Amino acid sequence: MIDFIQMIVSGVAVGSTYALMGLAMVIIYKTSEVPNFAQGEMALITSYFAMMLLTQMNMSVYLAFFLSFVFAVVLGCFLEFAILRRAKEPNVLGMIVITIGIEMIILGFVSWKFGADQKTMPFPIGPYDSFIIGDIFISKLAVLTLVTALLFMIILYLFFKYSKLGLAMKATQQNSVAAQIIGIRTNRTLMMTWGISSLVGASAGLLISPTIMHPFMMWDPMLKGFAAAVMGGMTSLPGAVIAAYMLGIIENLFGGYVSIEFKTVVAFVIIVLVLCIKPSGLFSKHYIKKV
Amino acid sequence: MANLLEVKNIETYYDLVYAIRGASLAVEEGSITAILGNNGAGKSTILKTIMGQIEDQPDKGIIEFNGKPIQHIDTDKIVRKGIAYVPEGREIFDELTVHEHLLMGAYTRKDSEEIKQDIDQVFKYFPVLKNRTNQWAGTLSGGEQQMLAIGRALMLRPRLLLLDEPSLGLSPILVKEIFSIIQEINSKGTTILLVEQNANMALSISSTGLILENGRFVMKGKSKDLLEDKDVKEFYLGIKSETSAKGYQRWKRKKAWR
Ligand SMILES: Nc1ncnc2c1ncn2[C@@H]1O[C@H](COP(=O)(O)OP(=O)(O)OP(=O)(O)O)[C@@H](O)[C@H]1O
Ligand SMILES: [Mg+2]
Repeated sequence: MIDFIQMIVSGVAVGSTYALMGLAMVIIYKTSEVPNFAQGEMALITSYFAMMLLTQMNMSVYLAFFLSFVFAVVLGCFLEFAILRRAKEPNVLGMIVITIGIEMIILGFVSWKFGADQKTMPFPIGPYDSFIIGDIFISKLAVLTLVTALLFMIILYLFFKYSKLGLAMKATQQNSVAAQIIGIRTNRTLMMTWGISSLVGASAGLLISPTIMHPFMMWDPMLKGFAAAVMGGMTSLPGAVIAAYMLGIIENLFGGYVSIEFKTVVAFVIIVLVLCIKPSGLFSKHYIKKV
Repeated sequence: MANLLEVKNIETYYDLVYAIRGASLAVEEGSITAILGNNGAGKSTILKTIMGQIEDQPDKGIIEFNGKPIQHIDTDKIVRKGIAYVPEGREIFDELTVHEHLLMGAYTRKDSEEIKQDIDQVFKYFPVLKNRTNQWAGTLSGGEQQMLAIGRALMLRPRLLLLDEPSLGLSPILVKEIFSIIQEINSKGTTILLVEQNANMALSISSTGLILENGRFVMKGKSKDLLEDKDVKEFYLGIKSETSAKGYQRWKRKKAWR
């Protein structure tokens, strides 16, 4: 029983990072209709940027993290402005290839600049700091990640539902011609979406980096986050978060009771199942276009 | 009165398609001006060109709003100058509610109190929309979507309203209703440039009418004169006269006018 509860707890912990990555991907997909495969590496480079500020410039954690978030937003805006916007007559396939290209470039850059070895992020909460309740270990970092993920989900949900900019972002995605003719600067709106998404993804990177820090650290969370986003219907923020926790928990239980080797594959088996049974995602409510 | 909008000899291409071949028009402040013409004549293209919706166009010519050139500037800036546009085929947001549409229509405005009043005003024009306040626009009927598109445009409090075939796909009763609402909007001070297939209706509410053919205006005049004009009667109003005029004859079988 203790084992079971511990597995659930770890599942929730890892699910939180998936949730943050899933949220980040949903935000971009909602406005650009591109699954952004560079999401993980955008978070990666932000994490290394934070580490650089902390170790080489001896900044305080707060300042370093604040600057890193600024960096993340600027990076997101820059990528949209400098690369994605330049695509002439873009189609989804072309855009996906571009995001994969960006991913490769950032990955290469980080490996070249910082080396491919495991680094340590000097973070005030270490990976082994835990609350102990009975016989259950709950890592403090996991709690912080959980809180961050839920907070982002709620803020983003309210933002898209009630704020003017959030509505404008949804409008731009649904019909960019109509958005322009009511005065929305669609280019700028799209750019801001990338900035916000980059910020959310970066928070995942920063929260993972105290535990794991090497150039491939974001691969697993990115792919699982993507899986969660797909399961959630790709446009639903709460959907992506719920799916992320389901994935984290199922994965851990599978790893504990069935096979540790195939633990990470479970996510993709689930995706395939979801796509076969309910391709619009588990939680999406979409208006089906009348033809 | 002065001209609010002046289009001077514009030419518009879609890549190699030469759609507008030197067209000029003036819209007097406070008036309703109607553009009529066959399918493919270029009516929608003129409105799209005015709104800056066709990249790098007009190729030639000048468009002046309130005395200042507005060609080759971004659509959102044109909107901010006070031109609202109801495009052909509605162009609504499928997954935004009716209420969200009206809020978005006021996107460039900051006066939230008056925005609320204007929403009420739109509901007065179109009471059906009020019952659908929180419904996704994609689930509205075609006619309701058309009303929503007009309502959304009104939320800008525009000085000039461009309407592209507002009667398309509406039942005859609704057409009458929409046209009387257009008149009411105009009487409250909004200048209107109207593109229509329903020539009879359009000419009866407008003061000036223009007829477009193959990207050129072939006739301009007071609407009441056009209503009496023999050629217009025959080819655009579907009223037969014995002697048909010159080159128009070949259009006879193609006419698509009510
Ligand atoms: N996107 C486009 N690309 C190429 N050609 C176009 C495009 N849009 C319109 N055209 C062409 O430009 C011409 C004018 O089209 P436009 O849509 O302005 O006609 P219209 O007068 O509005 O017709 P309708 O009454 O059917 O709406 C047509 O010959 C059309 O084929
Ligand atoms: Mg048209």
